[in-house]
Amino acid sequence: MPKTTAYTASIEYISILDEQGKFDEKLGKGLITDEQALDLYERMTVCRQLDEFAFKLQRSGRMGTYPQNKGQEAAAVGSALALTPGQDWVVPSYRENAALFMMGLPMHYVLQYWMGDERGSQIPENVKMTPLSVPIGTHMLHAAGIGYAERIRGTKNVVATYFGDGATSEGDFHEAMNFASVLKSPVIFINQNNSWAISVPRDKQMASETVAQKALAYGMPTVRVDGNDIFAVKYAMDDAVKRARAGEGPSFIEAVTYRLGDHTTADDARRYRDPQEVEAWIARDPLIRTRKYLESKKLWNQAKDDTLQERAKTIVKEVVATAEGVSKPEIDSIFNAMFAEPHTELVRQRDTMRTSSLGKDPSQTGLKNTTQNV
Amino acid sequence: MITADLHPASIENVPQPDFSKPLPPREGDRIIQFREALKEAMSHEMRQDERVFLIGEEVAEYNGAYKVSQGMLDEFGPKRIIDSPISENGFAGMCTGAAMYGLRPIVEFMSWSFSLVAADPILNNVPKMLYMSGGQWGCPIVFRGNDGAGGQLGSTHSWCVEGLFANVPGMKMAIPSNPYDAKGLLATAIADPDPVFFLESERMLGDKAHVPEEQYYIPFGQARVCREGDAVTLVSFGRPVNFCIEAAEKLAAEGIECDVLDMRTIRPLDIDSIIASVKKTNRVVVVDQSWPFAGISSEVITQICERCFDWLDHQPVRVNTEDVPTPYAKGLEYAYLPNPERIAEAVKNVVNA
Repeated sequence: MPKTTAYTASIEYISILDEQGKFDEKLGKGLITDEQALDLYERMTVCRQLDEFAFKLQRSGRMGTYPQNKGQEAAAVGSALALTPGQDWVVPSYRENAALFMMGLPMHYVLQYWMGDERGSQIPENVKMTPLSVPIGTHMLHAAGIGYAERIRGTKNVVATYFGDGATSEGDFHEAMNFASVLKSPVIFINQNNSWAISVPRDKQMASETVAQKALAYGMPTVRVDGNDIFAVKYAMDDAVKRARAGEGPSFIEAVTYRLGDHTTADDARRYRDPQEVEAWIARDPLIRTRKYLESKKLWNQAKDDTLQERAKTIVKEVVATAEGVSKPEIDSIFNAMFAEPHTELVRQRDTMRTSSLGKDPSQTGLKNTTQNV
Repeated sequence: MITADLHPASIENVPQPDFSKPLPPREGDRIIQFREALKEAMSHEMRQDERVFLIGEEVAEYNGAYKVSQGMLDEFGPKRIIDSPISENGFAGMCTGAAMYGLRPIVEFMSWSFSLVAADPILNNVPKMLYMSGGQWGCPIVFRGNDGAGGQLGSTHSWCVEGLFANVPGMKMAIPSNPYDAKGLLATAIADPDPVFFLESERMLGDKAHVPEEQYYIPFGQARVCREGDAVTLVSFGRPVNFCIEAAEKLAAEGIECDVLDMRTIRPLDIDSIIASVKKTNRVVVVDQSWPFAGISSEVITQICERCFDWLDHQPVRVNTEDVPTPYAKGLEYAYLPNPERIAEAVKNVVNA
């Protein structure tokens, strides 16, 4: 028998606003209004400012660790623009702050969380997102499940989940992709391919040419886009959201971007990255690109930018003050969110902690409630 | 259709068990198998609460690898009885998300041994989700499946996970020893707003007992006194409770009467009942089908020493599996597990000392 072709595929690449500021009118038409573009630029600027402040906070001992988002803002805002806050979900990793703020998360929550206060993960009722997920990859499965829950509830809401290129080496990624496609869960897998998993470059992370092609194995529509181009990201996202709302299941978007900062404040990327590579990506900075676009449309100028930078600083200062102004949690509170109702042993531990009765017979410490039947 | 926009940690819309009523009598009830008791508990909760669904390998078309979900696909359809890909990490993680958004998944592990590849969702996500979100996201999931040596399944398929998993705060762990408790505890587990690890035994699925037809809810943290005596307290949970009862019956013929306690749940642990019994008998043997090092028996004995050390007339004794992987050979497996002979011997040593 002659050999036949069992399967062929190719990966599309989408770029609408390139790094020279050239805009593809055909693909980009009606994607993002001028008003929206201005809003996204402002949001990205505030987010960049937040990054700079957070870095300083950590260096001055006012924050535990912080992963800067610098360089990846376009992927976050471009994708979140296609979602409906209050209806659609974001299941984040930790490098898409701007998307979370667009979904309605107050900015100080993120700082509060990284300052080590669990209450920063106490997402407000009207915001549909899960807490930041620092373990790599685990949250993608949650996204598949939340999407399934939306399906069971009979809604048309969708779930966007974010993760890096390194996360696609985790088994969780593959299991989430498989589940989402088998169950037709309305999930949009947004891969922020920033080339580095801490110090491991992408070519040591995977042998595949693109990240996007990994989705082919799960029968999932997939595309690679310029992740520093808000238009390209929005374009791919619109497509994916439309499919998900129509009950056609999950989609995959590889947003090619770059981590301009360190992995976290605990890292120093100068030790392992070629400065020329970083220079090249600084030239592709999504903020610069978006600003050029706005200027070319006479929507922006230096004076406006100066005002914005000042405003961003003021906003971030307020956010930092709010985060730092939150009263310290009570020691007792570590027992508060263990179960819907705390059980006797937990209450005993809390009481013991309060009275320092360790090593004493509970019946001698006035804590007779646990042995009252004796 | 589920339309109520429920807060994930809210239990307001779940029919709550009425603990005030006495449990129904056993006499006159139907005699059914352990596996049927489990199915009845699940089916009843699924009829009452549309958020409950069952997922696992072969639970739907095949009616479950051990026929626990027999007929459930026919009754509830493929949206709620879901055949999953062979991907424990996948479905455990996916159900974490589903539970965070208000569904109430029942996850069947064909064997708890296979849950080890799902360690991240079941240990690192589910039990601490409520805590890490400052009380925002509960994870009302029931993970259930066969635990312990199933009978010559070899060491990789014979895990007793209770010793390993009970160390993790934030979840509850139920481990029934008979069909009546299996139904009542599973009903409670499904209605519970917190994550529950529910440990069954392949060796008991065919066990038969009187089980009421109506749904009933056995409260967690409430031990059952299986047999009363004054010579020694026998504390156990899960399948070895039956070995304790068997040993106690033989010992009674020799004039040694044992207090036999079936803990029913490991977390929460009904330490009060244990202490009450130990203060009566002054001697205790803990029978635990998991490994001895840093296991449940270690915990129970520590708590006994903390709370009623002066009441003990003999050091606490434990009967565990031996500290080796589960042997494959039939005779070796039997000798490795707690069995009535080993239990009786331990009791005699304690009583006659």
